Amino acid sequence: MKRVLANPLACWGLGITVITLLLALFAPAIAPFDPDAIDVKQILLSPSASHWMGTDGLGRDVFSRMLFGARISLMVGFVAVGIATVIGVLLGAISGYYRGWVDIFIMRLVDVMLSIPTFFLILAVIAFLTPSIWNIMIVIGLTSWMGVTRLVRAEFLSLREREFVLSTKALGAGDLRLIFWHLLPNSLTPIIVSTVLGIASAVLVESGLSFLGLGVQPPQASWGNILTDGKEYIQFAWWLSLFPGLAILFTVLGYNLLGEGLRDALDPRTTN
Amino acid sequence: MMQYVLKRVLWMGPLLIGISLISFLIMHLAPGDITTTEASFNPKTSQESIQKLRKLYHLDEPVMVQYGYWLKRMVKLDFGNSFASHQRPVFWQTKDAQGNVTKGLIQEALPITLIISFISMMLSIIISVPLGVIAARKHKKWQDNAITIFIFLGFSIPTFWLSLLLMYWLGVIHHLVPISGIHSINYDSLGAVDRIYDTTSHLFLPIVIPSLTGLAGLTLFIKNGMLDVLHQDYITTALAKGLAESTVIYKHALRNALLPLVTILGLSIPGLIGGSVISETLFAIPGMGKLFYTAVLMRDFPVIMGILTIGSALTLVGNLLADIAYAWADPRVRRGVAG
Repeated sequence: MKRVLANPLACWGLGITVITLLLALFAPAIAPFDPDAIDVKQILLSPSASHWMGTDGLGRDVFSRMLFGARISLMVGFVAVGIATVIGVLLGAISGYYRGWVDIFIMRLVDVMLSIPTFFLILAVIAFLTPSIWNIMIVIGLTSWMGVTRLVRAEFLSLREREFVLSTKALGAGDLRLIFWHLLPNSLTPIIVSTVLGIASAVLVESGLSFLGLGVQPPQASWGNILTDGKEYIQFAWWLSLFPGLAILFTVLGYNLLGEGLRDALDPRTTN
Repeated sequence: MMQYVLKRVLWMGPLLIGISLISFLIMHLAPGDITTTEASFNPKTSQESIQKLRKLYHLDEPVMVQYGYWLKRMVKLDFGNSFASHQRPVFWQTKDAQGNVTKGLIQEALPITLIISFISMMLSIIISVPLGVIAARKHKKWQDNAITIFIFLGFSIPTFWLSLLLMYWLGVIHHLVPISGIHSINYDSLGAVDRIYDTTSHLFLPIVIPSLTGLAGLTLFIKNGMLDVLHQDYITTALAKGLAESTVIYKHALRNALLPLVTILGLSIPGLIGGSVISETLFAIPGMGKLFYTAVLMRDFPVIMGILTIGSALTLVGNLLADIAYAWADPRVRRGVAG
C-alpha cells in the first residue's frame, strides 16, 4: 500500500477514481434536480448558478443527469469487468494448471475470440438481443475475458513448477486447494492490474455503444447517450457535448493511471 | 521458410471453424429463433419475410444440419442477399438472367474501410516512431513525461467525442473540411486535381482521428522496445567503440525495436475494423462500419453475419501476413518454428 501511495501515477488515478465513485454513489443526495424531470420552459439553458451544466433539449438538468449517468457507466464497467475476470481467471487457471488438451482447446478458443473484431461481435450480439443495460454488461463481459485468461495461464505455468507449490503438492494438497489457496493468491497482482485497466476500456465501450443508440436506452441517463443529444444540438448547446465527454475522459484516465501505477508499484521487476 | 508459411496457413483452419461456430452461436442467441425476434421488433414483418429467413438459415432442420449448411455457405463465401428493400447480394456481385450485374454490399464497402485504415495506420507509425525514440532517449526527463501524458490521454479519450469536437470546430465553425461523405455532390464534374483535393479533404478527419488514438499504443510500444534494446550489451559496445550516438540509435537500436511492431500492426487490425463503426457512422462514410451499423439497426441478419465473418477472416489473414513478414525479417523466428 505504501508503494502504491508513493507512486504519483497511482495517486492521481486513485484520487480520480475515488472522486467519481463517491459522486456516483451519492448521486441522489448531490443532484440538485430530478434527472428525468422534463421542464419545457427550461429547454437548452446555458450553464448558470442553478443549472451548473445547463439543461438539455427536454429541459432536464444536465448536472443531475451526469451524476446519475456516472452510476450507470461505472456499474456497467464494474459488472462487465467482473464477468470477464471470473471467466478469465477460471479458464486461465484450468489451462495453466492442467495443461494438455484442455489447455490447447482453451488457448484456441482465445485465438478465435481475438480474431473476431470485438466491436462487431458486441454489436452483432446486441442486434440479436435487445439493447438494455443488463445485456450490455453481459456482452462486454463475455467479449473481454481473453487477456485475463492468457495472463493467469502464464502465471500458473511458471508458478506450478516452483518449490512451494511442489512441496504443498507433496504434502497431499488437492487440485482445488492448490489452485485457490496457493496459485491464485500469488498471481493476484497482474489480475488486479488488468481488472482496473479493463474497467477503463469497458466504460469507453459502453459510452460508444450508448452514443450510437445501441447501449443504455433513454430516458435512463448515461454519458454516452447525453453525448448523442449533444451531437443533435451541437450548434446551440456546447455544454451538452463538452461535459459528458470530459467526464468519460477523466474517468477512463483515472482507471488507466491507477492500473499503470499499480503495475509499477506492485511489480517486483520494475521496483528497484 | 516455405515450411513455416505452410504450417502457419494450415493453422488457420481450426480458427476458421471456431469463428463459424461462434457466429452460428450468436445467430441462435435470440430466444426462440431469429424469426421471432424479427417479428417482435417489427410487428409488421410479413409472413413472407419470415419464411425467407427460415429458408435462408434452414431453420426447420435439426441444429447440426443447420450448422452444416452455414459452414458450407461460409466456405463458398455465399452470405445471401440483404433484407433491405434493394435486396443486394451481401458479399460479391451477381449476374441475373439478363446479364445485369448487381454489386455486392461488402464488395463496395470493404476497399473504402481498408484504404482509410491503412493510411491512418501508416500515419500513426510515421509519427509514433520519432516520439517513441525521443521518449526512450530522454527517459525520465521532461520530454518523456510530456509524451507519457500524451500517451495516457490518447488511451483515455473517447474517439467519438474527439471526432464530434473536431468535426464541429474544423467543419462547422471554420468550414475547413467537409463533415460527411467521401465526395462532394459535384464530384463527377471536377477535374483530376480537384477530385484528389476533394477526396482528401473529405477523408482528412476520418483518417487523422483513428491515427491519433492508434498513436498512443504504438508510441508506448516503441518507447518500451527502445528502452529494452538500449540496455543491451551490443549497444554499449557500439557506443564504446566510438560510433556516433545517432548512428547507434537509428542503425542498431531502432531496427531491433521496430521488428515486433509488425506483429502489433497485425494485432491491431480487428480494432481498426471494429472502430470504423463509430467514425464511419459519424462522418457518413460508406464503409464496412457504416454498413454494419445500418444492418444492426435494421436487423438485416445476412449482412450482419457476412460482415462478422469477413471481418474475422480479414483479421486472420492480417495476422498471417504479419507473422510471415516477421519470420522473413527475423531468422530466429522461422528457425524456432521449423526446427
